[in-house]
Amino acid sequence: MSFFDYFKSKKKNTALIARERLQIIVAHERSKKDQPDYLPQLQKEILDVIRKYVAIDEDMVQVQLDKNESCSVLELNVTLPERGEQA
Amino acid sequence: MATIIVVTSGKGGVGKTTSSASIAVGLAQRGNKTVVIDFDVGLRNLDLIMNCERRVVYDFVNVINGEATLNQALIKDKHVDNLHILPASQTRDKDALSKEGVERVLNELGERFDYIICDSPAGIEHGAQMALYFADQAVIVTNPEVSSVRDSDRILGILQSKSRRAELGLEPIKEHLLLTRYNPERVEIGEMLGVKDVEEILAIKLLGVIPESKAVLTASNQGTPVILDQTSDAGQAYSDAVDRLLGENREHRFIDLPKKGFFKRMFGG
Repeated sequence: MSFFDYFKSKKKNTALIARERLQIIVAHERSKKDQPDYLPQLQKEILDVIRKYVAIDEDMVQVQLDKNESCSVLELNVTLPERGEQA
Repeated sequence: MATIIVVTSGKGGVGKTTSSASIAVGLAQRGNKTVVIDFDVGLRNLDLIMNCERRVVYDFVNVINGEATLNQALIKDKHVDNLHILPASQTRDKDALSKEGVERVLNELGERFDYIICDSPAGIEHGAQMALYFADQAVIVTNPEVSSVRDSDRILGILQSKSRRAELGLEPIKEHLLLTRYNPERVEIGEMLGVKDVEEILAIKLLGVIPESKAVLTASNQGTPVILDQTSDAGQAYSDAVDRLLGENREHRFIDLPKKGFFKRMFGG
């Protein structure tokens, strides 16, 4: 960049934006990489069953599959609303 | 036993075929018996880049189906000794590549060659999966651009889970990053992702950086792989990359801008 370029309009550093966006999306996609295809559907159905009894939001059920050498563990995490808010 | 190297990327148009051709020529120039296979069934182009499109009689699918022998299908390269090309079929679709058929052809080639370069089609479908399945090493061709980097990460995931080495629990495929169409000037002013950024995101070892260069188009126009143009920066960068692939130490060039003098810094240029 030359001395006179400083007088031109300052441009955004778009490479920085690209880097940050990539870091986020790549980390997100890697965390889902080993998950079987049926997991989102499974999560939805579990959510529907719980909703019959308790009013919960979509993001309050988390389903994760961890694979070890010998076995796989299906981890189910449900956050219930505080007492009094229940349907 | 030959070493099988897949040149892959996920995204199209990033320079897989250009890189396959130059890496194959480079390996052959250094005395290795090399064959380069076009896995892009239906959209073959390696023959054009290598300037042998008019000598194609039989192809990879013919050999898999037993309609031709390897000797009939292999084309001897006219630029360098020790190099052969196995073209893809232009008329079939990618499902014509059966895993058993590909394995049989690779085994037969393995008896005669030191290196087998597999030029992968774009995408993550059957053709791309066949190109990478039997690989020992992978060259991930990436442009410093968001969609290319993301697709490269996808391909890395497939190499680590759906390749033969992954399925059999063998030593993982050795992965190399080849960053192409790199423009140090645009990196300097924050318009393009830098080498360090891409290395950090993909977390694999850097094989080389090929600068954006007019020589690449000039080379493909004529069908002479750009590595043969040693007056060009891209040609020299491919030479360095091939040396590194063979385990030699080469300092990375063409990454930084040449230092400017006082006048250029003041007045641009």
